[in-house]
Amino acid sequence: MFTVPLTRIGTWEAWRDAARALLAARVPPEQIVWDWDGTASELFATDIPPPTTRQAIKVPADFVEMAQWVVWHKDPQRFARLYALLWRLRLEKGIMADRADADLARLRQMEKAVHRCKHKMRAFVRFRDLRTGGARRSFAAWFEPTHHSVEPCAPFFARRFADMDWMIVTPDVTAKFTNGDLTFHEGREKPDLPEDAAEALWGTYFQNIFNPARLKISAMTSEMPKKYWKNLPEAQFIPGLIANAEARVREMAAAAPTLEPARVARIREQLQAVPQPASWNLLNAGLSACTRCPLHGPATQVVPGHGPHDAPLMIVGEQPGDQEDLAGTPFVGPAGQLFDQLAARAGLDRGQAYVTNAVKHFKFKEGAKRRMHVNPNTSEVSHCKFWLDSERTLLKPRLTLALGATAMGALTGNAKGVTARRGTIEQTPHGPVLITLHPSALLRMPPADRPAAEDAFVADLMLAAETLAQSTPSVDAAARSA
Amino acid sequence: MNNMAQTLQEKLAILSDAARYDASCASSGTTRRDSRDGKGLGSTEGSGICHAYAPDGRCISLLKILMTNFCIYDCAYCVNRVSSNVPRARFNVDEVVSLTLEFYRRNYIEGLFLSSGVIRNPDDTMSDMVRIAKRLRTVENFRGYIHLKTIPDASPEIIAEAGLYADRLSINVELPTDRSVQAFAPEKNPATIRAAMGNVRGLRTASKDRSHTGKRPPIFAPAGQSTQMIVGADGATDATILTRSTSLYGDYKLRRVYYSAFSPIPDSTAKLPLIKPPMMREHRLYQADWLMRFYGFGVDEITSVAHQGNLDLEIDPKLAWALQNRHLFPLDVNKASRDMLLRVPGFGTKTVNRILTTRRHRTLRYDDLLRLGASLKKAQAFVTALDWTPGSLTDSVNLRARFAPPPEQLTLF
Repeated sequence: MFTVPLTRIGTWEAWRDAARALLAARVPPEQIVWDWDGTASELFATDIPPPTTRQAIKVPADFVEMAQWVVWHKDPQRFARLYALLWRLRLEKGIMADRADADLARLRQMEKAVHRCKHKMRAFVRFRDLRTGGARRSFAAWFEPTHHSVEPCAPFFARRFADMDWMIVTPDVTAKFTNGDLTFHEGREKPDLPEDAAEALWGTYFQNIFNPARLKISAMTSEMPKKYWKNLPEAQFIPGLIANAEARVREMAAAAPTLEPARVARIREQLQAVPQPASWNLLNAGLSACTRCPLHGPATQVVPGHGPHDAPLMIVGEQPGDQEDLAGTPFVGPAGQLFDQLAARAGLDRGQAYVTNAVKHFKFKEGAKRRMHVNPNTSEVSHCKFWLDSERTLLKPRLTLALGATAMGALTGNAKGVTARRGTIEQTPHGPVLITLHPSALLRMPPADRPAAEDAFVADLMLAAETLAQSTPSVDAAARSA
Repeated sequence: MNNMAQTLQEKLAILSDAARYDASCASSGTTRRDSRDGKGLGSTEGSGICHAYAPDGRCISLLKILMTNFCIYDCAYCVNRVSSNVPRARFNVDEVVSLTLEFYRRNYIEGLFLSSGVIRNPDDTMSDMVRIAKRLRTVENFRGYIHLKTIPDASPEIIAEAGLYADRLSINVELPTDRSVQAFAPEKNPATIRAAMGNVRGLRTASKDRSHTGKRPPIFAPAGQSTQMIVGADGATDATILTRSTSLYGDYKLRRVYYSAFSPIPDSTAKLPLIKPPMMREHRLYQADWLMRFYGFGVDEITSVAHQGNLDLEIDPKLAWALQNRHLFPLDVNKASRDMLLRVPGFGTKTVNRILTTRRHRTLRYDDLLRLGASLKKAQAFVTALDWTPGSLTDSVNLRARFAPPPEQLTLF
């Protein structure tokens, strides 16, 4: 029988050296009593000094890696179990790869337990500022590990907190890091550490990052077992958080929706007030991504304006119809075709005009067989006015023709009294606007009234042609066409 | 709204309360750093550390705060939307820096996860956040973990600078379909969000190329990028969500897609109903996500066994798949390929690796499987071993009932 003394500090090196010598001397496991820190029973103790040869022996690398952790387990049998496996390894080389081996499985379990303890120590040590006022700041913590994990854990803290002095006191071993040197000392009673104001802030954070609607206590306690709580400053809040969680959720659900704060309107306005697009490309890019009003949702596509970008005449309708929505081009449906016929009578060439709509998406409701046109509301028209204004700014038409009340409203700012105002030219900051009816209004008329209405419409278009012929091209337009 | 009067404590309460709806708290997978030279503070060593757990079961690894919860956007699901009446606050640079460092020195956290409401405009907001990260890295020599949330629409130059100081960048896609984003987050543009993720992916790839002289460009966001999707706020099915994640993982090489069960928020809008967060659904989505990333499952395999596009809430998706594909089982654990072993319910990747190394030494028995870490309660119906065969269990009609929770009697009121 040999009694092998092992120290509490430096256990790994002590065990490794002893095991090496014993194995070299072929001492079988049953002849060894491992005496860790004087805890072995004296019943089997002997005075025969264990062999101390330093002969090199070969051991699988994964055994060494595992043993380095297992020696810190609290199980008094750990050294004997390790040596027993080492003894078997001399003859059975493959054991380390055989996870189903019962001896290895037990040691792997112990290794896992120490790993977990190490992990929890890295996580749950809480330092307090000692406020020593020296050149290096100084911190200390009290911790109660499950296994003997201070020594294997301390290098981690040394790598992480190298620019400060710190001390981790445990009942087992105390680790001290001073001026870059790591030393180990005897374990101690819980010291009186000064209060630290940061703990209150940490508590505030802990309470507020918690989401009361997702209470899941077992998930917390499985990762942060209660045995650690007494040394965690934040743990004092846990019972209160749990107790009030349900009431807080109920309160949230019961609270009536509040009115939005006054600043919202101002912020919305600011968000909308983006600069107008400076080129036709930007205009089209912006238009195709437009979500200013809900009409973009059901429509197939946006229908942008169509025609030469130096056209002297701009024709503005109400909104795309069913066919325009599918084609992506304005004025291709029945109203567009009627307009073309009447324009030909008035001597006006639509190909020479820039044609667009006051609203660029088709608004409809699903009918039994086809999509039914619905008039755009004021909000939709005013959202889309951003694009209409951009078109007017870029095109600078000499005359704009407003077809119907919606276009008239968007172009002049006043949508009232279209029948009274038709056939007149109104001045706007974007140039003169000639008002007339929308061709679809002609389509909906009783057949008897239609010829007269068509004549009146043609008269309006002839006025447009005349006005254009009289107005000299503006300097801008001349420069552009040059 | 007198912010001058707010103490640091009050600001922290408001700005951590506002940050709690971001699921991510990862601090792993970045470069290895330490401060052994004594000139800085902090280290990162591969795996992250969860320093505390809140009673919601979520880990607290990072100081997760908003720089400010003032926001000009009006996203219906968000507690910080402009139309909400929650109290508002704003940290200055010094406050965030000192909170991070002082918490870190006391071993409360692994680092900082900084997000923000959008103030003034996206570029200004993002620049302010980058300033905080830069100060931590270059002035304070902080070597812990930094996660920056990128603001949608911030310009690429600012994002490029953010990646120099942050370990991880993230931008939330928020909702699984473009249509829902437009409906609930009118100021956000799904296309811009995707463009931003594409940009970060490009910058990361570029940072790994050596120049012709062999010089490496500076490291860019070494822990990659992640995103988050809210589950249960819109009508999207699990199939839609998982298909979306697959494309996110593939197109933008995301490290993680987080699923966040839509959770009641204070002062909520009438647009979104306050519901109990669908936490089991969230859990099943994470399980499915894992199957796709680590177990070789295709998204169509998982969704093929879903009911109307939604995963089975009572049993996990791997078990659901196995029950629908019983013709492939039972597998002989002593012969089956790795790919097939990974598909056995109750076998994890570690168990499978151990089976593969151990079976070189011995023919596996039932008890061996237990020691290898398998959950045999699930696996036993799907495998054979030297001394084990499931017999008719594999094909028995009531196999599902063995795993699903017993039906609950409806309560009266």
